Amino acid sequence: MKIAVCLKQVPDTEAEVKWDIPKGTLSRDGMDSITNPFDEFALEEALLTKENYDGEIIAISMGPEGAKDVLRNALALTVDETALCCDDAFAGSDTYATAYVLASAIKKAGDVDVVFCGKQSTDGNTGVVGAELAAILGFSQLTQVGKVRSIDAGAKKIVVERAVEGGIEVVEAKLPAVVSVIKGINEPRLPNLMGIRKASKIDIPQWSAGDLGVDTGKVGAAGASTKVVEIAVPPPRGAGEILKGELEEVANMITDKLIDLKVIK
Amino acid sequence: MANDVWVYIEHKEGAISPMSFELLGIGKELAAGFGSNLCAFVIGAGVDDLAKEAGAYGAAKVYAVEGDVFKDFRGEAYAKAAAFLLDKYKPEVALFRATTMGTDVAAAAAAQLGFGLCTDTIGLAIDGGKVKMARAAFGGNFSVSVVNEKAAPQIATVRPKAYAMPEKGAGTAEVVKESFALADADVATKVVEFLASASAVNLVEADIIVSGGRGLGNEAGFAMLQQLADMLGGAVGASRAAVDSEWIPYEHQVGQTGKTVKPKIYIACGISGAIQHLAGMRTSDCIVAINKDPDAPIFKAATFGIVGDYKEVVPKMIEKFKGKLGR
Ligand SMILES: Cc1cc2nc3c(=O)[nH]c(=O)nc-3n(C[C@H](O)[C@H](O)[C@H](O)COP(=O)(O)OP(=O)(O)OC[C@H]3O[C@@H](n4cnc5c(N)ncnc54)[C@H](O)[C@@H]3O)c2cc1C
Ligand SMILES: Nc1ncnc2c1ncn2[C@@H]1O[C@H](COP(=O)(O)O)[C@@H](O)[C@H]1O
Repeated sequence: MKIAVCLKQVPDTEAEVKWDIPKGTLSRDGMDSITNPFDEFALEEALLTKENYDGEIIAISMGPEGAKDVLRNALALTVDETALCCDDAFAGSDTYATAYVLASAIKKAGDVDVVFCGKQSTDGNTGVVGAELAAILGFSQLTQVGKVRSIDAGAKKIVVERAVEGGIEVVEAKLPAVVSVIKGINEPRLPNLMGIRKASKIDIPQWSAGDLGVDTGKVGAAGASTKVVEIAVPPPRGAGEILKGELEEVANMITDKLIDLKVIK
Repeated sequence: MANDVWVYIEHKEGAISPMSFELLGIGKELAAGFGSNLCAFVIGAGVDDLAKEAGAYGAAKVYAVEGDVFKDFRGEAYAKAAAFLLDKYKPEVALFRATTMGTDVAAAAAAQLGFGLCTDTIGLAIDGGKVKMARAAFGGNFSVSVVNEKAAPQIATVRPKAYAMPEKGAGTAEVVKESFALADADVATKVVEFLASASAVNLVEADIIVSGGRGLGNEAGFAMLQQLADMLGGAVGASRAAVDSEWIPYEHQVGQTGKTVKPKIYIACGISGAIQHLAGMRTSDCIVAINKDPDAPIFKAATFGIVGDYKEVVPKMIEKFKGKLGR
């Protein structure tokens, strides 16, 4: 079975976020970068699938050269192959362009049965690349997956549990499929020292727009259809009111105020 | 004249959910701004009632794609039908609710049409003949507005409760039935069963959320919050720290890596107010913070703050509500 996993490098949200307001992009200078937290679950699910069903994994990322770090971390966890989609033409891509580039990479990897990705990235926060990938590739679209029940590469079938509003939906789908995973699907493991040492010596291939056969008119800032027209700092919520007094009094005040909102039915 | 404004009507197996028509209110405003019509579109099996009801909430026309293949919700199949309709009529803008279903359809339909979309939109306004879509970035510390210049239509998913439900009127809609043939064999996914969860939480739809964090100290704290939530007809939320402590399942988590919610009342108990938690709830209409640390950052986001131990404050609130609401 051939497994692909999409890993995105994101700024550490514990760090301060800076915007390049005139350019409408993130200013990544001096910010620490990490693997998107949801993608750690995707990677772990890929590793578990490989262990349980036999197969090989290619980890794919799109981003600047620095994004090799997330792929190196994946190598330390024993993925078989990696590829960094990296080209000046990709800078400023929107979700569709990102999904288009990743889809091209998945096609180039060849005969992929299942693609794992995270539910959402913590910087873009859009949570749509998985569904877009499925639509572009024509693969089964399995989002919000909290459990993979079984994968049968021979019969080309996968059964998953999706966490939807009000419960869990059990879905059976044909392979190939794109599976985007939520937190809680597994416990991501950490690389060990030997893995890290080995990974540091492996060369990470870089795929350009040309290598991928990507139409550069459709990607990057030039190709993106969504354009940022304004970045604003929303007005602060306004310092709230601290209710002071004895417990009895405070409880009286807060319950009155909440009842006055006429929301409680 | 600009093209029409379209709103996708979400449903579960044909059943009307109270929020199905939520976006028709803002849709109407946008259509008025453009001087065009507000239209709804619905995909499913047996959705006549839904189509008719959309008229009462302001839609002038309802486009409906029906077929047995659409009986269960399947993102892939629904997106194909949606892409077909949107490509045929090319409305100015198509709005979906940012729920798991709405997002699945919107994202895949946009990708089939070959362009991007704006997700979890919290502001929609007409600017220079286009709809400008605002979304929160980085924990709501920034608001980013985008325009989708190349897309027809512009597609947006809109945060549930970002706009008020429209009033139900006496209007009726013209229903336009569209045929879109899709063979079941051509849909790669099949819903095997639905397991309604006992602790089914629909945080996204809740008007009132009582949330707890590490400050609760243990699982029993959540039982107390549940009592308050039950009394108010609300749902229980949690911080990641509480979920990681295994006091409550992940589906209750609010925040950057949990659910984004916008209730009318959000009561945060024993939650410090980390940026990642605020990211998921700071647009709530009224935030009440109960925390024993007067310097907790949550107080900066709160409408009303109470400095104190939740173990004393929450039972007292329950007692007062009991008396005042006669429950
Ligand atoms: C990538 C990433 C994603 C994250 N995503 C999320 C997310 O989605 N949601 C989320 O919530 N967090 C998220 N976090 C974690 C976040 O940074 C905080 O660690 C977390 O929100 C803290 O939870 P807390 O407020 O419950 O706990 P703490 O920060 O420990 O706060 C506990 C509070 O309880 C108060 N307290 C203690 N005892 C009492 C008492 N008896 N009565 C009243 N108050 C009391 C304390 O004064 C304190 O303010 C994320 C972090 C990262 C790095
Ligand atoms: N630049 C990228 N490189 C690799 N994977 C990505 C990239 N952007 C998004 N993804 C994948 O798509 C998922 C959803 O991302 P998003 O739609 O940006 O919230 C992520 O969890 C990743 O698995």
